[in-house]
Amino acid sequence: MTSEVLHPSLDPASNRLCVIDCDIHPKDSIDDIKPYLAQRWIDYLATYGTRARHGFQSGFMYPKSQPQAARRDSWPPDGGLPASNLKFMQDQLLDFYDIEYGVLNFLSPTGQGVQNSDLSVAMAYACNEAHRDRWTGPDKRLKASIVVPYEDGAASAKEIARLAGMPDYAQVQLLSRMSELAGKKRYWPIYEAASELGLPVGIHVFGYSGWASTNGGWASFYIEEMAEHCTSCQALLTSLIVEGVFEQFPKLKVVLIEAGFAWLPALGYRLDKHWKKLRGEVPHLKRAPSEYIRDHVYVTTQPMEETEKPEHLLQIMDWVGWDKILFATDYPHWDFDDPRYAFPTTLTPERRRQVLSENARKLYGFA
Amino acid sequence: MARRVVARAGEIEPGARKLVEVAGRAIVLFNIGGEFFALANRCPHKNGELCKGRITGLVSSPEPGVYDYTHQGEVIRCPWHGWEFHIRTGKSWCDPRTMNARAYDVKVEKGAMLVEGPYVAETFPVRVEDEYLVIEV
Ligand code: FES
Repeated sequence: MTSEVLHPSLDPASNRLCVIDCDIHPKDSIDDIKPYLAQRWIDYLATYGTRARHGFQSGFMYPKSQPQAARRDSWPPDGGLPASNLKFMQDQLLDFYDIEYGVLNFLSPTGQGVQNSDLSVAMAYACNEAHRDRWTGPDKRLKASIVVPYEDGAASAKEIARLAGMPDYAQVQLLSRMSELAGKKRYWPIYEAASELGLPVGIHVFGYSGWASTNGGWASFYIEEMAEHCTSCQALLTSLIVEGVFEQFPKLKVVLIEAGFAWLPALGYRLDKHWKKLRGEVPHLKRAPSEYIRDHVYVTTQPMEETEKPEHLLQIMDWVGWDKILFATDYPHWDFDDPRYAFPTTLTPERRRQVLSENARKLYGFA
Repeated sequence: MARRVVARAGEIEPGARKLVEVAGRAIVLFNIGGEFFALANRCPHKNGELCKGRITGLVSSPEPGVYDYTHQGEVIRCPWHGWEFHIRTGKSWCDPRTMNARAYDVKVEKGAMLVEGPYVAETFPVRVEDEYLVIEV
């Protein structure tokens, strides 16, 4: 049996996979970021720890179905946590799939959403520094998202300005669960800095906002949390549009990461319908809401909805825009997508190339 | 199609599994309470390696609040997205019509039989007094 039969090449012309992965989750430990933390904060962490906006001290909001929410084959042989070891990540992901570039999103520890706002600022700084040593320096394929202490808009803008222009950083990283809806003015300094400095803002699902995971309260099951991202991201995107963020910052590009996208057309239809009658309430919107989505919003693929009929998925992708869809694996997480098998076989080679690499190359300005 | 000797029966304990390579194919052998089964190592969903999954049972429920736990030790969950496959048949629980792991028939044969028959054992010697797992590929 030949390898072509087992693993179809995605780019027949060059015989390379040509993949840019827009959602990789490397794992740092507190020890990894310590070299860039002042002794005051090292002592503070040892004495008081971090405090997120929720009612429990540690652990996940919902148990994750697999340890560390990771593929069971992603635990490195050295005994560390999944994606904590660059060499193993190279073997299992970057070299294995011949990935040209990988965009790194960091979930913890980052200081994002930490209640002590000075600590949040210090941790974000320390992470961003450590990420050059640990990831983007040793492997030039890797590009980090800039961790910002998002509840403090001014400090976030400073951190963005400090790092913008360095080739190590691809975008600004927010989480979907912040203390207020993403369109609120407290976050505008982030959008201003990012759009002025030419960096997209990636909003990755999850985070600890302190709010219930649904707008009807706390759900009972992990499967509800997983499905809930599409409703909470509808709320945050609606907020970005209706508050006028895209009017105020016309160069802003937002990437919704890991939120799916089959809900986007429905949200667009609904908002447009209401806007025709309620436009006077939000006169700062100059265009139909769906036009802001189409012009400013990118989505990553994993974990995209799996429609029963493949052509339905293609129709949805068509609405979202073939230039707005970015491939992502979500490595090392258990819902990982393999670039060879993620898309319907009926996707044309040209569109496949757009989604797998060209859109990301353009958006992030990768060579 | 050739009948191939793929392992010595005694090397896979009940509840254990073993990954073997047979004629270029990766196949996982399972021992469920002394019975042997074989599945292709490729998950039919998106190609996760089944041998790295967790062996578990099947939880089902006739109504909310009531559950049964059956098929203990007979279900393998893919290490990636967690699809559940019945080790005895390769059938998936959620979509048994279309999503099934390739299953192979496993026969346990005495070494004495194999020494004479038209069998292929590529990587290890066959001894008359042992038992061996044979599959047709
Ligand atoms: S690859 Fe096995 S469940 Fe997806």
